Amino acid sequence: MAEILVIASHRSGELNPGTLEVITAATELKQATGNKISVVIIADKPDQYVKALSVGGVDEIIKVSVPQAEFQPDYYESVVLAVADERKPQLILAPHGVDAWSFMPVVAAKRRYGCATDVFEIRYEDGKPVAVRAAYAEKMHMELDFPHKETVVLTIRGNTYKPSETSATPAISEFQAPAVEPRTRHIGFHAPDTSGDVDIAQAEYILSIGRGIAEEDNVEQFNELADQMGFTLGCSRPIADNGWLPKSRQVGQSGKTVSNCKLYLAMGISGSVQHMAGMKHVQTIVAVNTDAEASIFNIARYGIVADLFDIAEELKQHFQ
Amino acid sequence: MKILVAIKLVAALDEDFEIREDGCDADPDYLDYQLNEWDDYSWEVALQLAEKFPDKIEAIPVTVGPERAEAGLRKCLAKGGERGIRVWDESLEGSDPMVIGHLLAAVAKREQATMVLAGTLASDHAYAQTGMCAAAELGWAHIAVVSRLDLDPEASEANVRRELEGGIEEELAIQLPAVMTIQLGINEPRYASLRGIKQAKAKPLETLTPSELGLSPQEVGEAGSLSQVRRMYIPEKGQAELIEGTPAEQATRLAEIIKELRGDA
Ligand SMILES: Cc1cc2nc3c(=O)[nH]c(=O)nc-3n(C[C@H](O)[C@H](O)[C@H](O)COP(=O)(O)OP(=O)(O)OC[C@H]3O[C@@H](n4cnc5c(N)ncnc54)[C@H](O)[C@@H]3O)c2cc1C
Ligand SMILES: Nc1ncnc2c1ncn2[C@@H]1O[C@H](COP(=O)(O)O)[C@@H](O)[C@H]1O
Repeated sequence: MAEILVIASHRSGELNPGTLEVITAATELKQATGNKISVVIIADKPDQYVKALSVGGVDEIIKVSVPQAEFQPDYYESVVLAVADERKPQLILAPHGVDAWSFMPVVAAKRRYGCATDVFEIRYEDGKPVAVRAAYAEKMHMELDFPHKETVVLTIRGNTYKPSETSATPAISEFQAPAVEPRTRHIGFHAPDTSGDVDIAQAEYILSIGRGIAEEDNVEQFNELADQMGFTLGCSRPIADNGWLPKSRQVGQSGKTVSNCKLYLAMGISGSVQHMAGMKHVQTIVAVNTDAEASIFNIARYGIVADLFDIAEELKQHFQ
Repeated sequence: MKILVAIKLVAALDEDFEIREDGCDADPDYLDYQLNEWDDYSWEVALQLAEKFPDKIEAIPVTVGPERAEAGLRKCLAKGGERGIRVWDESLEGSDPMVIGHLLAAVAKREQATMVLAGTLASDHAYAQTGMCAAAELGWAHIAVVSRLDLDPEASEANVRRELEGGIEEELAIQLPAVMTIQLGINEPRYASLRGIKQAKAKPLETLTPSELGLSPQEVGEAGSLSQVRRMYIPEKGQAELIEGTPAEQATRLAEIIKELRGDA
């Protein structure tokens, strides 16, 4: 029976929930292809993750002990390659997170496996996998295939599949990690600067500005507008990177998730995946953008194709 | 030591665009090219190191692409550096990040570089693969999404931070030689001066072909790639309800929506 390997992802003793989403993706493929699903867990104490990974269509959990608790690319690569050499899987899947970025392409490159990143749809056609991912800032989609590749490495976009919840009773096995000298050494973690003035994660009404505001001098008028409206001012990453607003105001993958937000007004934000990771779930998203094709309109409830300065000027009148 | 910085000229779609006849990409007539945003940051990293250790570190921008890609190299050289490298011939058409990474690795070997910096991802297709494919070919230590880099050219390892989800950073030591992908915000990229732009025009650009770098025809183009684009299409649009009218009308409706939702009509 052909096999799908899922490489589990974890940090500081917590399983990355993206792993459970990938298991769902694998389970759907299992139904279509009859492939067996094996989850590879690489950790200093892999046992601690076994229960959380016993979900969905998982047939086997392969425990691999390595000397370091936290992610390390040399360990991950050597283990995945060794398991893959033995099992000859059809697919190797992992969540499309920053850890995967450091090792999944290397695994693919070393064996010349097929490879695609940030995939949000997988199907089989004539017994061969086809992967769908975005192109040109989400404005187009591209379909990839993998001619002559027996094994294909895919990283799966987050929030695409629902995390697997049904429990399973997989077989548990152990695999001996190859001996390698790791070439990076974990020193420690640094928490993000939380000295910010507001907690954007808790805000209910958010006015968020992006690169469309063009200049630092324009920030102040949106600050005032947000105040006037009773909104909290948030931003996309370039605004924080430029130092125009504190990092604590940044919404997205490397910033905050706005978990309490009821209305998110995005002005001059294009809608990158990384920004959406922090706000996509909000019920009422209103986007103002001059580009009618901006991908933010794909998740917005209301769209306003207009110059954000014109809208801001007019909006002020309604909140005197 | 030499630091090779991988530079990509990325394509962005015009507001109105069409799909190429074979259905596998946008029609090139509707593409605008610019230097990938991430590459501005990694070039700045290399320049700052070269300035800090003037006799010890050389920063060299490298790009894989047709002639138009020289614009990216010139943009970098306008800020600093003495020379650039461009790799291309027709056989590279249809190459994926594996092939690009392989070529970058070959250039790194040829230059006997100690470090390769690439962007975390490129804004056109967001593969986030190229730098790590180069690392695989070179067999070097590697780490992606670097948000801080401290390097002493005499030392055998560098101290770096990589950015994790939620803005947490991991601090780690990485052995040299190494490949790193650089994240936005790691520094403040400088602007080129007019004088710099003028000087850059005279700086030498070396052009290399894949075969000069030792790659066989099986290792380039579609044959050397790990995936093949078989179709590109415009996805179905989301459900956004468009608020039409003049800005005044649009703002009025928006204010209504806000006030209704908040119950403060
Ligand atoms: C690992 C990683 C983590 C990241 N984390 C985050 C994150 O947490 N948060 C985040 O936001 N990004 C993050 N990014 C960056 C992300 O990829 C994008 O670069 C960023 O979100 C773009 O911000 P933007 O939409 O403001 O800018 P752009 O993409 O440049 O969009 C600007 C928009 O403004 C519009 N516009 C311009 N002028 C006007 C005008 N006058 N009126 C109306 N509209 C106008 C344009 O049409 C465009 O759509 C991350 C990237 C990586 C690789
Ligand atoms: N054609 C290319 N030439 C040189 N460098 C490239 C090229 N394509 C990608 N890169 C490098 O790889 C990074 C990430 O690109 P990607 O893997 O396409 O997302 C870019 O920021 C560049 O540093």
